Amino acid sequence: MIAFATLIERLTLTPGRLAKLALLQRFFATEPDPDRGWALAALTGDLTFPAAKPALIRALVETRTDPILFRWSYDFVGDLAETASLIWPTPAAVTDPPTLAEIVETLRTQPKAALPTILAAWLDASNADVRYAILKLITGGLRAGVSARLAKTALAGHGAAISADDIEEVWHGLTPPYESLFAWLDARGPRPDPAGAPVFRPPMLAHPLEPADIAALDPADYTAEWKWDGIRVQLVAGPGGRRVFSRGAEDISASFPDILAVLDFDAVLDGELLVLRGTDVAPFADLQQRLNRKSASAKLQEQYPAWVRLYDILFEGPEDLRPLPFADRRARLEAWHARHAPARMDLSETIRFTSITELTGLRAGARDAGIEGLMLKRRDSPYLPGRPRGKWWKWKRDPLTIDAVLMYAQRGHGKRSSFYSDYTFGLWREDGELVPVGKAYSGFTDAELTRIDSWVRNHTVARFGPVREVSRGLVLEIEFDAAQKSSRHKSGVALRFPRVSRLRWDKPASEADHLTTLLQRLP
Amino acid sequence: MPHPEAWLTVRPEGLYCVPGDFFIDPLRPVPRAVITHAHSDHARPGHGAVLATPETIALMRTRMGDALGGARADKLPIGETLSVGDTKIRLAPAGHVLGSAQVVIDHDGSRAVISGDYKRAPDPTCAPFTPVPCDVFVTEATFGLPVFTHPPAAAEIAKLLDSVKLFPDRTHVVGAYSLGKAQRVIALLRAAGWNAPIYLHGAHMPLCAAYEALGIPLGELRPATVADRAALAGQIVLAPPSAIADRWARRLTEPVTAMASGWMRVRQRAKAGGIELPLIISDHADWPELLQTIADVAAPEIWVTHGNEEALIHAATQRGYRARALRLVGYDDAEEAA
Repeated sequence: MIAFATLIERLTLTPGRLAKLALLQRFFATEPDPDRGWALAALTGDLTFPAAKPALIRALVETRTDPILFRWSYDFVGDLAETASLIWPTPAAVTDPPTLAEIVETLRTQPKAALPTILAAWLDASNADVRYAILKLITGGLRAGVSARLAKTALAGHGAAISADDIEEVWHGLTPPYESLFAWLDARGPRPDPAGAPVFRPPMLAHPLEPADIAALDPADYTAEWKWDGIRVQLVAGPGGRRVFSRGAEDISASFPDILAVLDFDAVLDGELLVLRGTDVAPFADLQQRLNRKSASAKLQEQYPAWVRLYDILFEGPEDLRPLPFADRRARLEAWHARHAPARMDLSETIRFTSITELTGLRAGARDAGIEGLMLKRRDSPYLPGRPRGKWWKWKRDPLTIDAVLMYAQRGHGKRSSFYSDYTFGLWREDGELVPVGKAYSGFTDAELTRIDSWVRNHTVARFGPVREVSRGLVLEIEFDAAQKSSRHKSGVALRFPRVSRLRWDKPASEADHLTTLLQRLP
Repeated sequence: MPHPEAWLTVRPEGLYCVPGDFFIDPLRPVPRAVITHAHSDHARPGHGAVLATPETIALMRTRMGDALGGARADKLPIGETLSVGDTKIRLAPAGHVLGSAQVVIDHDGSRAVISGDYKRAPDPTCAPFTPVPCDVFVTEATFGLPVFTHPPAAAEIAKLLDSVKLFPDRTHVVGAYSLGKAQRVIALLRAAGWNAPIYLHGAHMPLCAAYEALGIPLGELRPATVADRAALAGQIVLAPPSAIADRWARRLTEPVTAMASGWMRVRQRAKAGGIELPLIISDHADWPELLQTIADVAAPEIWVTHGNEEALIHAATQRGYRARALRLVGYDDAEEAA
């Protein structure tokens, strides 16, 4: 548990991806089974047990401390688990903190009523860092800033020549503490056999099409499809179970019971998850109502009905279709779809074109709801994990732009911690007030960043911790993919993927755009 | 026997000893000041005369220039007694930074001890705190909450060296206050076997030289100049806390930003400051040390100068002491030196 506590502390405070990987790899290489496996489960969010409630911790701490001092301490620290870990009286000699495995096993087997006594004994045996990790673990608040994918990437770097994609393909057939996985990675055991379990396959992703690439395209080699503005999903169904996975291998089945219900077949499909309004694709904001939920009420399912637009077929029955060329897979998908006619699904339409000029015209006209641009797929390409070059291209429609005024700047993280690199920008309202409409973190070069940074330092009018308010003097041209209504923003509008496209040093702030200009672009 | 309350009072300039006609760590210029230690919030310029340990006088000269802002300097070595007006003064070690002292004042049969800033944990760069029995003990309470228990400093240094081993191509930059903390971190690194040159921000150089001149060896120190970018990879650099996340730090190669401070005990403090590697190393007493010290000096009455005074007063009262806050405004208890 000591190594785990140290790992959590460093991961929480480490901004760099490579540094996180180094910390994880050392942990996996040096910690024994099954502790490292339980740690992996804790990091990927796959460790669940009846969580302790904050009230239990509060009550337990009050048995050991002065309630007034506890309250003042909590006010000062601001986090219950952390306050409890720091205020808990440390015994003279910290002897034998529990192992992660011991904690997991005990919580699974002991009745809930025994928890306060058990927890007190663990806290007595631990130092402040370990107490913090224990309390965060059992309250389910362990946020170490590690994605499941990052953890798998660290595992891939841990041992034999096994990639993160290889791990991905067996992952959803595994259960904590993953001893078979570590045996495989340590070259002590065979590849774990998912044995029909509904596992995730790493998806094939597209490269953005740059102007230089366009000239090299031969229309005969490619099939075009609309790029739909939903979220990419993988539907896995078969005798072993059913799952809806996000592009990042997250199991989102619980959020989409309406989709899960119709997976009465044996196949693995790739598609776009959408919400419909009637027969049209609803704006992305509607889909957001359905995301990140532990369940979906009947009302929610009716109000925002989910739909999948199918792009590809990876498995039909036990047959792995991924080595086939795209054109063949598409034919298999169409035949399969005609045969099964699954509910809540249709096929992504393929677009005929004979020249790039024709395609350019189609893309320019693509501003319907739900369309982000075009996809180009090489007809002869197999389904390959990751982002192989020259196989699939995404050609997003031209972004929208507005000229906004820099209002606040915040220091960045990691390499950018000495730079004011996060910008809140605003537009003019009719009454002459500037209202914030979004934040942008990217789109500028290092040289431009240095110049904005010194501009911010020289034009600060107020400071709020790491944030500086600046005088209204710098116009940023902001590029964004879409605008949508938002009740959370004072301006009533939110931008999708805003980034800085140009610095308008030449433009007076008074000539920046008005909010009404943006509101006119709402779908 | 008059109670110290009758002869030790709070004035706008700071804590004033009536029968001796002097202030202790005054916040504004006064004719006569006794200075507990050389940190800028306690040793301010512009006094007529200052009395302090020889080490404190030397460090004040380094910080303020030889003229000490115009003040006459009187040195009082630890343990020697001096009559001032109708009082007798002596200085006792406070364990805070080199030269730091408690001011022991005897007057008409009663004794007050003004401890200044202090700690009880061992520090290779200064003499350890000595408890002096007294009638009134004047204490700080910078870390006056039970959440503050500082771990052993050696364990924090081990964390730093472990990180250097794990990230050998990066520069570890440690934010450390330039007087006291920086030298302690260096001495702790030497004690842990780190014999490589330690690189310093310009602000640290003169004070490190002053420590060495006062007999505290710090090993090889080099300036962390812009030209040394490549040489700094894998090395440890010390800089004032304000510099580590600002433009100065751009000269470093993929720095791991560390900070040596008691405030690093609270994760949100580390996170908000962009600190990747918090090192809980403090030159102030933690909560158990504050309570231990109150017990050791056996004073029936405790006066708290600055910090989280309510909590310490609450705890002292519960233990049967009379305790009250002096509410002296101007000591940087929330500041980087902690």
